[in-house]
Amino acid sequence: MKEIVIISGKGGTGKTSVTAAFAALAAPAIMVDCDVDAADLHLVLSPTVEETHAFFGGRQARIITEQCQACGTCADVCRFSAIRHDAATGYQIDPLACEGCGVCAHFCPHEAMAFEETCNGQWFRSSTRFGPLVHARLGIAAENSGKLVALIRREARALAAANQANWLLVDGPPGIGCPVISSLTGADHVVIVTEPTIAGLHDLERVLTLTAHFHVPASIIINKADLYQHGAEEIAQTACTHHAQVLGHIPYDPVFTQAQLVGLSVIEYADGPVSQAIRACWNQLRISLTKE
Amino acid sequence: MQIAIASGKGGTGKTTVATNLARVLSGTRPVQYVDCDVEEPNGHLFLQPQITSSQSAGILVPVLDLDRCTRCGACSQLCQYHAIANLGTTMLVFPELCHGCGGCIRVCPEQAIREEERPIGVVEYGTARGVHFLHGRLNVGETMSPPLIRAVLKAVDPTIMAIIDAPPGTSCPVLTAVRGADFVLMVTEPTAFGLHDLMLAVEMVRALQLPTGIVINRADMGDDRVERYCATEGLPILGRVPHDRRVAEAYARGVLAVDAVPEMAVSVQPLADAIFQEVAL
Repeated sequence: MKEIVIISGKGGTGKTSVTAAFAALAAPAIMVDCDVDAADLHLVLSPTVEETHAFFGGRQARIITEQCQACGTCADVCRFSAIRHDAATGYQIDPLACEGCGVCAHFCPHEAMAFEETCNGQWFRSSTRFGPLVHARLGIAAENSGKLVALIRREARALAAANQANWLLVDGPPGIGCPVISSLTGADHVVIVTEPTIAGLHDLERVLTLTAHFHVPASIIINKADLYQHGAEEIAQTACTHHAQVLGHIPYDPVFTQAQLVGLSVIEYADGPVSQAIRACWNQLRISLTKE
Repeated sequence: MQIAIASGKGGTGKTTVATNLARVLSGTRPVQYVDCDVEEPNGHLFLQPQITSSQSAGILVPVLDLDRCTRCGACSQLCQYHAIANLGTTMLVFPELCHGCGGCIRVCPEQAIREEERPIGVVEYGTARGVHFLHGRLNVGETMSPPLIRAVLKAVDPTIMAIIDAPPGTSCPVLTAVRGADFVLMVTEPTAFGLHDLMLAVEMVRALQLPTGIVINRADMGDDRVERYCATEGLPILGRVPHDRRVAEAYARGVLAVDAVPEMAVSVQPLADAIFQEVAL
């Protein structure tokens, strides 16, 4: 089984559209959507949810009002400004600011602070026309996206082993932070979907540094490749410097949007230049991974 | 006044809106552009500021004095992030797991722990043709962006207007970036992904009880699902930006839309006026 993570650094370059197209080409495969705070892959894969699980990602403090003596120790020790005081309501915890460190609960002299496991989201095991999908929904403004990503990846790997799947496709989040690192550590290969814009190039360099840092081999797909010729050339050069292979170029084409609006992967929607380019990228990737 | 530009989905045009808005507003008043997308900051590519100063930002992490430490383990028991391990004969600190809560120092009965700042990125200041420029840049390989975002926001001058370019998503980084704002402008696109992530982002700003308005970018590239959603939810649509290949090409080269396409300058001012009107309500 090969685990391939699709990321981009910059958002909106076409990660999820490419993942969905790869899913169509790799079927039957296992898919996992690691963009847990703005998951979109299910909008194309239309999964039938088979199991729903709660995600307990951490603990949060809660003031036990009857025991609170309003001494203010909790507010003094909190480094995240998560405990506020006003005359009318006394001390109150702002759950959106609380980072679950438990320092307030430990130092409360009146045992007026509960410190409890909190449900930070849900994750799902589903079936789709291309194979099983593991996906999740992080609670709004919740902590611990990295933990949730690690959890659903673990589930997806177990599923891939049980199904003797050849491919595990991971749709990653944008950026280079916690959930991205959690998505790619220990994977077989990273595919970076980028675009020939100054921002795409800037973010690509940071992502390539990240994949090198975690020793995951990376290759590149240049989407919207004809938007800016010079930019595409610069990407190819950057790829070369970082020893990353360019799998192919996808033309700038509204067909991605059209396919998305009807809930299909671009491979199913049309067999034009975009689909052909993605097929070529997938074939190239398969060849490279067999060599590895 | 602080106006945050957010989106849920990445790549909808947050930075395009934020940088162009800052440029246009700077014609009539002092304005700061504040890039809080510290994982992938891009605003500097378009505003091309002259960076005048730079300062390191970090998290306070524990440093143990092993001569004083009795291996009692109070610190490692308190730590929720598994950043200190008690191995019996010695203690191990994992600074990259530390959130900087300071609990270990407080709980240590031997005063064997002090704090040291572990750098996670830089905050840079500059000016860009009259726009005050400020951004954070997370070191590659760092997992935690909120402490850096807080450092960037601390450097904002509260006496002049700030346009805050937020990171994508709906979790801690974007929350940290927008929570102090007076208004959150959401940039979306009329597609399935755009709408879905907009709905999540709207839930987030509602949880923060912040006023919000919508800009639909590439308004003619999808369908009317975002319009219908906004109507049902009573969300004001403050602007619709049609797709324009010239704007996309200018963006690709790092040129501001208002500089490349003259009509754009004319359409940004009404957006600014609409935001001010919403804030005044």
